[in-house]
Amino acid sequence: MADIDALALRLRAELGPEQVVTDRQELRTYECDGLAHYKVIPALVVLPHTASQVATVVRACVAAGVPFVARGSGTGLSGGALPHAEGVLIVTAQMRRILDIAPADERAVVEPGVINLQVTKAAAPHGYYYAPDPSSQQICSIGGNVAENSGGAHCLKYGFTTNHVTGLQIVAPDGELLRLGGRALDPPGYDLIGAFVGSEGTLGVATEVTVRLTRLPEAVRTLLAAFPSIDAAGAATSAIIAAGVVPAAIEIMDALAIEAAEAAVACGYPPGAAAVLIVELDGPAAEVEAQFDQVTALCDRAGAFELRTAADDIERALFWKGRKSAFAAVGRISPDYIVQDGVIPRTALPEVLRRIGEVAGRHGVRVANVFHAGDGNLHPLVLFDARVEGEAERAETVSGAIIDLCIEYGGSITGEHGVGMDKAKYMPRMFSDDDLDTMQLVRCAFDPGRLANPGKVFPTPRLCGERPGGGLAERFPGVDVF
Amino acid sequence: MGALDELTRPAGDDDHVGGVPARLVAAPASTGEAAALVAAARDLTVVVRGGGTKLHWGPPPRSLDLIIDTGRLAGVVEHAAGDLITVLRAGTPLGDLELGDQQLALDAPAAATVGGVVATGTSGPRRLHYGTARDLLIGITIVRPDGVVARSGGKVVKNVAGYDLGKLYTGSYGTLGLITECVFRLHPRPAAAAYVRSTAPAQAVPAILAAQVAPAAIEIDTATGELAVLLEGTPAGVRERSALVEKLLAGELSETAPGWWGRDPWAPDEIGMKLSVPLSKVPSLIDSGAALRGSAGTGVLYAAARDITEVERLRALCVRGGGHAVVLTAPAEVRDILDMWGPVPGLALMRRIKDQFDPGHRFAPGRFVGGI
Ligand SMILES: Cc1cc2nc3c(=O)[nH]c(=O)nc-3n(C[C@H](O)[C@H](O)[C@H](O)COP(=O)(O)OP(=O)(O)OC[C@H]3O[C@@H](n4cnc5c(N)ncnc54)[C@H](O)[C@@H]3O)c2cc1C
Ligand SMILES: Cc1cc2nc3c(=O)[nH]c(=O)nc-3n(C[C@H](O)[C@H](O)[C@H](O)COP(=O)(O)OP(=O)(O)OC[C@H]3O[C@@H](n4cnc5c(N)ncnc54)[C@H](O)[C@@H]3O)c2cc1C
Repeated sequence: MADIDALALRLRAELGPEQVVTDRQELRTYECDGLAHYKVIPALVVLPHTASQVATVVRACVAAGVPFVARGSGTGLSGGALPHAEGVLIVTAQMRRILDIAPADERAVVEPGVINLQVTKAAAPHGYYYAPDPSSQQICSIGGNVAENSGGAHCLKYGFTTNHVTGLQIVAPDGELLRLGGRALDPPGYDLIGAFVGSEGTLGVATEVTVRLTRLPEAVRTLLAAFPSIDAAGAATSAIIAAGVVPAAIEIMDALAIEAAEAAVACGYPPGAAAVLIVELDGPAAEVEAQFDQVTALCDRAGAFELRTAADDIERALFWKGRKSAFAAVGRISPDYIVQDGVIPRTALPEVLRRIGEVAGRHGVRVANVFHAGDGNLHPLVLFDARVEGEAERAETVSGAIIDLCIEYGGSITGEHGVGMDKAKYMPRMFSDDDLDTMQLVRCAFDPGRLANPGKVFPTPRLCGERPGGGLAERFPGVDVF
Repeated sequence: MGALDELTRPAGDDDHVGGVPARLVAAPASTGEAAALVAAARDLTVVVRGGGTKLHWGPPPRSLDLIIDTGRLAGVVEHAAGDLITVLRAGTPLGDLELGDQQLALDAPAAATVGGVVATGTSGPRRLHYGTARDLLIGITIVRPDGVVARSGGKVVKNVAGYDLGKLYTGSYGTLGLITECVFRLHPRPAAAAYVRSTAPAQAVPAILAAQVAPAAIEIDTATGELAVLLEGTPAGVRERSALVEKLLAGELSETAPGWWGRDPWAPDEIGMKLSVPLSKVPSLIDSGAALRGSAGTGVLYAAARDITEVERLRALCVRGGGHAVVLTAPAEVRDILDMWGPVPGLALMRRIKDQFDPGHRFAPGRFVGGI
């Protein structure tokens, strides 16, 4: 650790002593992200205040040949911000200034540590908001959103983070501070912003982000429909899409997920529902009214036994409360669970859900289903009790089988949580060696030394210009992997 | 050269790019054939040709042995209506698409191919509402300059597995290899649409944006002094919204688009530019006296410049305002002395990307930013 000690000394001098953490107990608070079963204590944690301090840190890492990992709020669900045991964790928590809210440009300029919801709060008085709304929006950072290309319930209509970032300042993995794009669209040259968004911290550290602000809609209408079966809820979704309606959001929860939500937040969903569907429409009032009647009729025809329309914002918030708290709520009915994030073509929904049920039944594991039905993004919650011998393994097996199902139906292993550490091993099931090799050409252009968040996303690193190699144990000394 | 002889034919009189004649032409009919061709052409310089509608825009290639024509790489592979996606071969002309009550919401000339539109990042009026090729493209298959076939993204709209190579290939002008297949998200065709035409100034644009009418396009044209707004949606909704805009702009309702809508503003012997500025800078750009046309709601406009002095003036105006100005097309006399791309932040990194994907600099050499 001689390198690290020297690095700590250097950074203390260049930044400030209070911005460099070396105390073992304090370091331990950064050992995991939202996926708590992977734990690594970082060698060093740095809390920069400015972009140029980030550049200083990265340059020092490059000089010492030490890897670095960026961390926002640590809410990631794929182990993306899992530290490197011999590396530096660059935490953006001290970079939380909103630099500009510019409604006339329909843009906001923020530091990477700014919390997602704060952007909307700052823009709302001007009649604008920031559209990508991950369920974690009260706690996750814009820098983390950029790295994960985060989505949310309303991304069905409004797109993902990548559709809302128009400018970035980054510290490239060689320590250079770069500006890409800005408030204007279509900067000339390769779309480096498009390459960076969703790269999970492997192409550098975002130090400033320019995002689109979206005009608040004139009207919002929210429907809660209860169905006697999950198939009926799926059929209603298909009918809505087939009718040419593009809702702001369509979400489904199954009986087990509803049970958990009721236990946790008492959301008061219709009793006896095998599935509830939440459909939200927004836009000009004249459009929303016409389409809302259409959607209500379609749900009715698909067999909904109860339809509730949110009378006001308070009731709307209650509809959403059950849905948005679903992950946490599952803790009420199971001590442990795995959250999956696979995607399937929407039309395969009933079939895939049936097969998930079969797999779960075969292994004696319960699966609660919550999903963004509009875009086929499933969040099966695989429940288990780690204290019971063999349950964790069985849950892991079911979880892997669900991923295989998503691939079999032409979908994806992750819709919004990212690959990170957790799903790197599944990448070869979805992509060929050539696909992965080609993606890593981008990595080689940005980071030939592979110091930016090494070991994430790709199961086998490409040695830029050389032969591949490197096992899991070697890349994660000291990591507990199960 | 055996394999190459079988896969190519000698070039004819029409087989040139920006005045540079090619030696050979090939028209592979599948991704596999294209990969074999590119692998056999390892020592050749290559330019990809789609519909050829705008092939001569942009700087000419430094060198050209082989034109790869995507004309036979055409057709709809899949249209999954229930999933609102389609898989298209790169040579498919956009005008050939028949998607029923759904649409691929890209504005481009009918003869333009899927690959050409993606490779140039073409956009038009409706980008305000639907975004551009980069936003609609959800999966891509490419043949790398070394002949390796690679894929990224997939057939579902929501997908964050791996790097998004589609973004990198969008607007890459054929410099990173050959695009053979693209997957796009589709949108329902609106049941109703209406235009509001007016002579309101660009200063009126914020009022339209503030009105919460969710326009599909806001276009401006300095030659006619017109500002026109497109509204799409349900019949009742469009009626109400367009009436509101009509009042706001003191405009006139129209079922059809103005004649200039979505067309390049330049004559064949003029310089054609694409300008991009932050939204708040649109009025001052419009007031600059240049011949402009384009999306006042997004800040992406097209200009007809009379001469190099005007190019420089417009570029200075855009760059000072935080934007950019690119020359798309120019008459042969001035093309060689023009800086077509202007300043390009991040150029060093772009060169490194080119070096990784095309170390021999064989694909469209010299046609892109910084001589890439
Ligand atoms: C209850 C709950 C609900 C969630 N719901 C959603 C949801 O609906 N949709 C969704 O998409 N996600 C969701 N997530 C996942 C998570 O919140 C998102 O991935 C979020 O974007 C992570 O942000 P963060 O600031 O916590 O990032 P972290 O977890 O700190 O980091 C995530 C990744 O980003 C990288 N990173 C962080 N900052 C930077 C930077 N400045 N520059 C470069 N790389 C950086 C890290 O290295 C890491 O790879 C949820 C998580 C929880 C716990
Ligand atoms: C420099 C330039 C800028 C342009 N900008 C705009 C714009 O902003 N707005 C607008 O409306 N139109 C723009 N165009 C015009 C646009 O190219 C056409 O509207 C149309 O998209 C071209 O389609 P095509 O099939 O005729 O392609 P072509 O004219 O044949 O080719 C156009 C470019 O795309 C490349 N290309 C074509 N197919 C492939 C493929 N399968 N794989 C890899 N590369 C391929 C070619 O090498 C060439 O560089 C631009 C054109 C150029 C050259």
